[in-house]
Amino acid sequence: MKTILLGTAALALSASFAFAASHAMTVRLGTEGAYPPFNFLNDAGEVAGFEREVGDELCKRAELTCEWVTNEWDSIIPNLVSGNYDAIIAGMSITDEREEVIDFTQNYTQPDPSSFLGRAGMDLDPANAVIAAQTGTIQAAHVAEMGATLLEFSNPEETIGAVRAGEADAVLADKSFLTSYAQEDPELDFVAEDILLGGGIGMGFRESDGELREKFDAAIQSMKDDGSLNALIEKWEVGATF
Amino acid sequence: MSDLAWYACYLTTGKHLSFYASFGTVLLLLAITAPVALGFGFAGAMAARSHVFPLNWIGKAYIAIVRGVPDIAFFLFFVIALDQGFEWLRHQVKCPDWDQPIRQGSDFVVCDAAKLPLNASAQWIHETYGFLLAVLTFAIVFGAFAANVLYGAMRAVPRAQIETAEAYGMTHRQSFWRILVPQMWVYALPGLSNLWMVLIKATPLLFLLGVEDIVYWARELGGTKNPRFTDYPHGDWRMWYFLVLLVFYLVFTKVSEVVLDRVMARLTHGQATSGGEMQRKAA
Repeated sequence: MKTILLGTAALALSASFAFAASHAMTVRLGTEGAYPPFNFLNDAGEVAGFEREVGDELCKRAELTCEWVTNEWDSIIPNLVSGNYDAIIAGMSITDEREEVIDFTQNYTQPDPSSFLGRAGMDLDPANAVIAAQTGTIQAAHVAEMGATLLEFSNPEETIGAVRAGEADAVLADKSFLTSYAQEDPELDFVAEDILLGGGIGMGFRESDGELREKFDAAIQSMKDDGSLNALIEKWEVGATF
Repeated sequence: MSDLAWYACYLTTGKHLSFYASFGTVLLLLAITAPVALGFGFAGAMAARSHVFPLNWIGKAYIAIVRGVPDIAFFLFFVIALDQGFEWLRHQVKCPDWDQPIRQGSDFVVCDAAKLPLNASAQWIHETYGFLLAVLTFAIVFGAFAANVLYGAMRAVPRAQIETAEAYGMTHRQSFWRILVPQMWVYALPGLSNLWMVLIKATPLLFLLGVEDIVYWARELGGTKNPRFTDYPHGDWRMWYFLVLLVFYLVFTKVSEVVLDRVMARLTHGQATSGGEMQRKAA
């Protein structure tokens, strides 16, 4: 059995050498694949959504071959810095805290308001409630800061589940993500005023990868200039246009 | 009828096919990991029993350290360290004239040729590599537990058996392979079958390594689907998907039990244990 294992490893290695010659420069884009409309898996199991379309267009403009990879949100930054992929494009807001570990491009969405989604018709006092949020998001940090009880979950779907099950009074997340749930489920609605967090969404790169980051930054600028980014923002309803 | 058609289409989407394939991934992982882990365990137990000085310390340290570290810590940190270790080695060989530091702040930077797998490799190679890392990690973790079980089993073989072997003039090595090893399995099997059951249920740890296993897909498929993003909208169906997993795991453990019982009956045959005695009387 060990020889089989070694055999497959050797095969994988030699195959990877063979591939190296045929491609010039491949950039691996890491995303979560569980945060519609930004990124999600479509029925065929492929990454789709606003960021898929933006990312593909950026790669075309920067003349790079891109490969999409999904990764759990919890470990999305550690896997970037250890080199498992080259960029994060996962609805990640630009914050000072994250800037310390990775570098961002300019934002490709306007700062999106965060909303509280709870049971329709309830009266929520955000400071004295149990609020669900996804671990490691700006919303989770905000809930902890304002003194409410924070319930953290590792993926976005589970935060909604907590509200449905009555475990949490409300969930705090990006408005664009919550809107589809508020529209579809009559029991759920926005229950408090929106708040503005973060500096918009940007792509994350390793700090040592300045050259690649500049390529994508320039591509984002060109999409902003010719209005194609605005068209995608309107298509996927991810906040205000530029 | 249209309901039936809807389900027929829904259950054959690309996503569902990935879900079905992930059952194969899990079974393949188990089929490779179990023997490799047993090999690690056997080597560990032999090392721990050895009379050669550094070897027995290495064996005992392996058993003690790996058993003591929580699985999740092992899977999060050890694998990244292992991956970086491989890349560091390749970096030393392939890019000797690289002048930048490998650690730049929190970044781990090796030259492009040293990346494992290469950046330009197809996605399936990355997935295979991740899978092999998973097999190796599982084998190291479960190998330590198996080593402890086998170490105990080797000591449980009655001393009189070894003495008889020595009286016949067998060397140390001969009595180990011909007398001790064939007889120890009956003592090891209950402990090993426990390990097997735990291993079956430990596969969701795969997702920490980026391998998409059955639990990942069940969670992804069962989550609420909004008509904006899919042709098959539905509510929160996670319960039904997890029910399928429950049935899968129950059937799988049941089959394992039946097989292990048979193996046990075979190994007990002619042994100086209470089970062997019962078989002798029944015959």
